Amino acid sequence: MAVFSMPSLGADMEAGTLVEWLVKPGDAVTHGDIVAVVETQKGAIEIEVFEDGTVAKLLAEPGQTLSVGSPLAIIAAAGEVDQEVPAPMPAKPSRAPSISSTGIAASPAARARAAELGIDLARLKGSGPGGAIVLADVETSKVSPEPIAAASDRAAYLSEMRKAIATAMARSKREIPHYYVSHTVDLSAASDWLDAANATRPPEERLLMGALLAKAIALAAAAVPEVNGHYAADRFEPSAEVHLGLAVALRGGGLMAPAILNADKLDLSALMAAMRDVTTRTRAGRLKSSEMSMATLTFSGLGDSGVEAMAGIIVPPQVALVTAGGPQPMALVRHGAVVAATAVTLILAADHRVSDGRLGAKFLLAVDKFLQTPEAL
Amino acid sequence: MTEDEIRKSYIEELIRVAPDLDAATISGGDHLQDDLELDSMDVLNLVIALSKRFGRDIPEADYPQIATADLAVAYLGNLPGESDRLI
Repeated sequence: MAVFSMPSLGADMEAGTLVEWLVKPGDAVTHGDIVAVVETQKGAIEIEVFEDGTVAKLLAEPGQTLSVGSPLAIIAAAGEVDQEVPAPMPAKPSRAPSISSTGIAASPAARARAAELGIDLARLKGSGPGGAIVLADVETSKVSPEPIAAASDRAAYLSEMRKAIATAMARSKREIPHYYVSHTVDLSAASDWLDAANATRPPEERLLMGALLAKAIALAAAAVPEVNGHYAADRFEPSAEVHLGLAVALRGGGLMAPAILNADKLDLSALMAAMRDVTTRTRAGRLKSSEMSMATLTFSGLGDSGVEAMAGIIVPPQVALVTAGGPQPMALVRHGAVVAATAVTLILAADHRVSDGRLGAKFLLAVDKFLQTPEAL
Repeated sequence: MTEDEIRKSYIEELIRVAPDLDAATISGGDHLQDDLELDSMDVLNLVIALSKRFGRDIPEADYPQIATADLAVAYLGNLPGESDRLI
C-alpha cells in the first residue's frame, strides 16, 4: 500500500486545493498517470502518481485545501488489504490560497477548450466542485458583460503568484549564500549556424537561440555536477539527470519555471519542441506536477528585452541558476583587436554551501565551449 | 480572402498563442513584442500558426512584416508572385 499525498510543487507551496479527481476507487493506475488537479497560487496543476497499483480509497474531497504532505488517496498493489491512514490535515486558512482569491480553478479539459476558443478563464464562473470551471462552463460561456470584474480576477491571480514568488525568493535569499560568476560568450558561430539552419527549415522546425543556450547549459551541467541537483536536509544531493527549469514570464507579471526532463539528452529539435510545448502549457495553465518540482537547475533568458545581463536568485531546493541577457552585438577582443560580434552575457548564481567561484567559472567556460560548436549541440 | 478575414484570422491565431490577451483591446497598430509583450517563443508559435492557416512560408527575414495586425494584413494579403515561398 502507498499513501498518495499532496505533493510539494515548489519551495513556495504550503498547501493546495483539490479541484477534481480524475480517478475513482478501483481504477488501475501506473507511474506517470494524471490522477487529480490541484489549484495552487501558481494556477491549476495536473498531479501525477508515481506508483503502479489500484486506487483503494480517496481520502480528500474536491474543494478541500490541504497542506503539503497530507494524504489524498491510498494506492494498493495487487492483493493488498486496505489499512487505516491518518485523516487529511486541513491547511491553516490564513496561509492557503483560496479558489475565489485566484479565480482560475479549472479542469484541464476546460482549460484546453478555453485556449482553443480563445476564452479567458478569468471571465468564467465555475459550476464544478469548489467553484472550479468545468468543460460545460466553457462551452456555454459568453463574453462577460463585466470586463472590469474579469480584469480584477486576473489581477488577483497575478497577486497570488506574486506572493508565491516573494515567499520562495525571500527564503532563497535568507537560506542560500549566493555567489555570482559572469562570462560573455561569443555567439558568432552559433548565430551563423542558427541563421543557416533556420533558412532551410519550415517554421515549425525552426530553432531559437534560447534552445542553443539551454542545450549548452544542460550539457555543461552534466559535466559539472556541483551545479545540478537539490539541497535538502543540510546536504547537497547531486542529480545524475539534468532536468532544466525554463523560466517563462507571464504577461502582466508573474513567472513560472517548469522543468524540461533530461534536457541534456534531447537533440536541438526535440529540446526546441519541448520548450515550445512547456511555454504554451504554462500560458494555458496546464502544467504537470513533475514539471513543477523536478527541475535540477534553472535557466532564465531575457533574450527579448535587449538588456545585457541579469543576476538571479536561486530557486530552492536547487543550487544554481543561469541567467542570460539579450544576445546582441558587443565589442570583443579577438587576437588583440577589437571586433564587433554577436555575444551574450551569462551570469551564474550558485550556492556557496555546495561550490565555490572556481567551480562556477569552470561551469560557464564549459557552456562557452559547447556554444562554439553549435553543429554538435 | 478579404482584408477583414485576414485580420480576423490573425487575431484568432494571436489569441490562441497568447490566451491571456483580450481580442477586443488589440488595435491594428499594436506591436507584438513592444505593445503586447510576446516573447520570441510566442512570435514563433504565431508564425507557425499563420503559415499553416495561410498555406505559405514566412521566412525569418519577413517576421517584421507581421509585427502588427495592420502590417500582417498587407503582407499576408500579398500572395501573387510568391509561390516560390510555399512550403
